[in-house]
Amino acid sequence: MRIAVFALQGAFIEHEQVLAKLGAETREIRKRSDFSGSFDGVILPGGESTVQGKLLREGGMLEPLREAIEGGLPVFGTCAGMILLAEKISNDESVYLGTMSAVVRRNAYGRQLGSFRTRETFGPIDDFPMVFIRGPIFEQVGEGVEVLSRVDGNIVAARQGNMLATAFHPELTEDTRVHEYFLGMAEGR
Amino acid sequence: MQRNERFELNKNLAQMLKGGVIMDVTTPEQARIAERAGACAVMALERIPADIRAAGGVSRMSDPKMIKGIRDAVSIPVMAKCRIGHFVEAQILEAIEIDYIDESEVLSPADDKFHIDKTQFSVPFVCGARDLGEALRRIGEGASMIRTKGEPGTGDVVQAVRHMRMMNSQIRELVSMREDELYEQAKELRVPFELVQFVHDHGKLPVVNFAAGGIATPADAALMMQLGAEGVFVGSGIFKSGDPEKRARAIVQAVTNYDDPHILASLSEDLGEAMVGINEQEIALLMAERGK
Repeated sequence: MRIAVFALQGAFIEHEQVLAKLGAETREIRKRSDFSGSFDGVILPGGESTVQGKLLREGGMLEPLREAIEGGLPVFGTCAGMILLAEKISNDESVYLGTMSAVVRRNAYGRQLGSFRTRETFGPIDDFPMVFIRGPIFEQVGEGVEVLSRVDGNIVAARQGNMLATAFHPELTEDTRVHEYFLGMAEGR
Repeated sequence: MQRNERFELNKNLAQMLKGGVIMDVTTPEQARIAERAGACAVMALERIPADIRAAGGVSRMSDPKMIKGIRDAVSIPVMAKCRIGHFVEAQILEAIEIDYIDESEVLSPADDKFHIDKTQFSVPFVCGARDLGEALRRIGEGASMIRTKGEPGTGDVVQAVRHMRMMNSQIRELVSMREDELYEQAKELRVPFELVQFVHDHGKLPVVNFAAGGIATPADAALMMQLGAEGVFVGSGIFKSGDPEKRARAIVQAVTNYDDPHILASLSEDLGEAMVGINEQEIALLMAERGK
């Protein structure tokens, strides 16, 4: 199992540590030439979506990544990664990959004082610890999108075929079940 | 919410800033330029360190109205500075819901003995440090992010380099110690034992560690990253230079591609005037000496 972890900015090391624990091999992607060869999946980590989106675009990585995702490569976006995947951002003009049929809202919980932890169900997984850091939410999801988690009525995790996105950060907890779920997607490809 | 949980969330926000550049800005327009150029956060202040240095006199927290103007201009996290030990300035910054408070030696210290008890706040704090002892003392007081002090407003990276090397060599030394030597080490560093134990076990600080002070070029930023910084603050280096937007973009790229000399070479081309800078020996006031 070989997973490409985008390492442009943000908490990518935390994802690599979880994947290492689960026995997956990782490769950090910083420039276009890093994203060559074959991968079983891609992770778009948390951080600032404005920064990551800009670096993806300037580095000429947006197109090849979009093509790979449209070609069926499993992708897991957390927080900023979820924003990069969305077709529309309700409070921002930008669209980055735009492959996921969903409208997201950035910083939906406000500033850092609105950041919080909770425990909720994630699809088949019960009682998962969820960390929200200036997190987004899904305002709407399109057809073919399966809702995996809701917190206080808001959609905070969803899957559309080969695309998985969470508004929270499983990589900041000791619980590896959401990453195992994603590796399951990568394996079943 | 429990205090410990808040501390974890605040450490987590710093983790999201890693691999990024935090830029000093003095107006909403500069904040927008910084965001557009790829800043992962901005530091809102009335005067950048180089101008504080030039103006002299007592330097205080910025006008909350001015900070709010910057806060409302961008979608990325916004930080602001309060004076060392000035817990009321910190209360004010918390009241206007700033994302991170920098208890900063760049401003005139309000207390020559005590730092702010940062455990009393919900908003996170970043503090400067020159060595491991200072870093762990600040963390013990509740800071959820550390940066080197460097020497702000000089465009001279020498002190940031010295502080980062010092911290990392002390960490390596701690890692190599026997368990029974850690108690004495905690005493020498004047820090809580648990923090010493953490560094011994993990080989790093328990919070994110950025570089700050005197970073003026893409090469400076990459140097700090190669020395082990997890991201950089750029203060005067951007808006005191000839072409701020271009330089800001180049520094952002340099932090991502810090170990690729070919990319760094092309980023360093044609950036216009860098800030003029002052050498360490020419400085009358060493801000890094404030607050130990």
